[in-house]
Amino acid sequence: MRLEDKLFLNRYQTDKHPHLRIKDREVCRHCDGRPCTFICPARVYVWNEGEERIETAYEGCVECGTCRYGCAHDNIDWRYPRGGFGILYKYG
Amino acid sequence: MALRFEVVIVGAGPAGLAAAITLARAGVEVIIFERGEHPGSKNVMGGVLYRHPTETIVPRFYQEAPLERPVVEQRLWLLTDEAALTLGYKSMTFAGEPYNAFTVLRARFDRWLAEQAVAAGALLINETVVEDLLWEKDRVVGVRAGRAEGDVRAEVVILAEGANSLLTQKAGLKKDGINTNQLAVAVKEIIALPREKIEDRFNLEEGQGCTIELLGDATKGMMGTAFIYTNKDSLSVGVGVLLSSLVRRRLNPNDLLEHLKSHPMVRRLLTGGESKEYQGHLIPEGGYRAIPKLYGNGVLVAGDAAMLVNGIHREGSNLAMTSGLLAAKTILAAREKGDYSAANLAPYREMLAESFVLQDLQKYQRAPFFFDQNPHFFTLYPQLLSRAAREFLTVDNVPKGEKQKRIWREITAERSRIQLAGDLYHFWRVMG
Repeated sequence: MRLEDKLFLNRYQTDKHPHLRIKDREVCRHCDGRPCTFICPARVYVWNEGEERIETAYEGCVECGTCRYGCAHDNIDWRYPRGGFGILYKYG
Repeated sequence: MALRFEVVIVGAGPAGLAAAITLARAGVEVIIFERGEHPGSKNVMGGVLYRHPTETIVPRFYQEAPLERPVVEQRLWLLTDEAALTLGYKSMTFAGEPYNAFTVLRARFDRWLAEQAVAAGALLINETVVEDLLWEKDRVVGVRAGRAEGDVRAEVVILAEGANSLLTQKAGLKKDGINTNQLAVAVKEIIALPREKIEDRFNLEEGQGCTIELLGDATKGMMGTAFIYTNKDSLSVGVGVLLSSLVRRRLNPNDLLEHLKSHPMVRRLLTGGESKEYQGHLIPEGGYRAIPKLYGNGVLVAGDAAMLVNGIHREGSNLAMTSGLLAAKTILAAREKGDYSAANLAPYREMLAESFVLQDLQKYQRAPFFFDQNPHFFTLYPQLLSRAAREFLTVDNVPKGEKQKRIWREITAERSRIQLAGDLYHFWRVMG
């Protein structure tokens, strides 16, 4: 089953304000391996080769925090979505 | 004028709610902040809730709480890519009172537990993120919630905010931060199946449940476990691995989960199931040595935020509830004296140390480092055990004595006798 289809099963109350922010885009350009692009359970982070930047699809975030700790450069400004927004588990 | 409560609790999970229930019943003014739409809506665990510690908070909870199935059987599967060595224990003693454990779905269970806190007199505020602590010099005097006029003052704050413990770290209680070898990332899918199918496939009587923990190829040899738990009309299927090994191996958690789901030992158990939800969560796996400072002036830390997880026995919610209960007891004693300084909150750590919580974590304190440094326990040994079993069970007119020699030769080709003796010795020291 494709990840996109799995995320589609989840209930989200999407905030228009992103809760994930790359602190310094220059750091990502020189990052070795870019772990955020594979460790994230929801694959929120994708490296855009053409524009040489990390795209952040925060809407699918499951709010685990893996990226925050997995980024060796501590380059992700990680906040919880505002109250009531974000993932809303039906099962948990 | 800021709102004022005696106790502010950050997070309506098992730790925060155990504290809230205990305090509210003793007549303390408690406010709980929960960032989700309702308690449980952000919360994930594999799914095993233990009866005994839960009953210390809510006696006879199993008569009314939304539980899935009582666990009557626990299985352990050691996987290679095409085989499994299995071990298990099933007992009908676990099928009735007093029960040992239940599978649960946290979005439902936590909501119910929060209702018990509210019924006891606690005030629950949903959909509210606590963004910061309020300080006066070196003591915590309240919290700043993410809403208009969100300052709430308190005599004492309990941080039960979960594994991604932003406030605990910000408060300097976990000074060195959290490393990738102290966290596991876990993903899980809820897969709906009719009850009769679950009971037939897992050899269960009506309403009874079982758990399967899977090692080896289930995590592609990374430090961690996979699991399959039976709910009423769904399965919880997941895998959790140490974040450091995930980074090292450049793997994606969902790919691991799909790898597990397609394993020949697993595939047929899930056939025809319908995926309902996909979840991800961090598990604090640093053990005893990664525990933050558990208290300060006007503040206590409980549950996952305090790294109170026993990964080896897949226990967490019971440690969380016990820590919440002991935090509440500490506060009740401090309340008698009207003093919530660190000196008066120190008994929290002492009580945890006298309980199974810190005793168990202390017992396994070497384990996280040891297994991180010795990955062959998750890669080579499952392989060797599987090959040994295959050799021994293959009937081909080779005498058994010769088979034993062959097995031994295969093992010693991979690990020398000295290495084997060393592994055995260290394994015993770490686990025994």
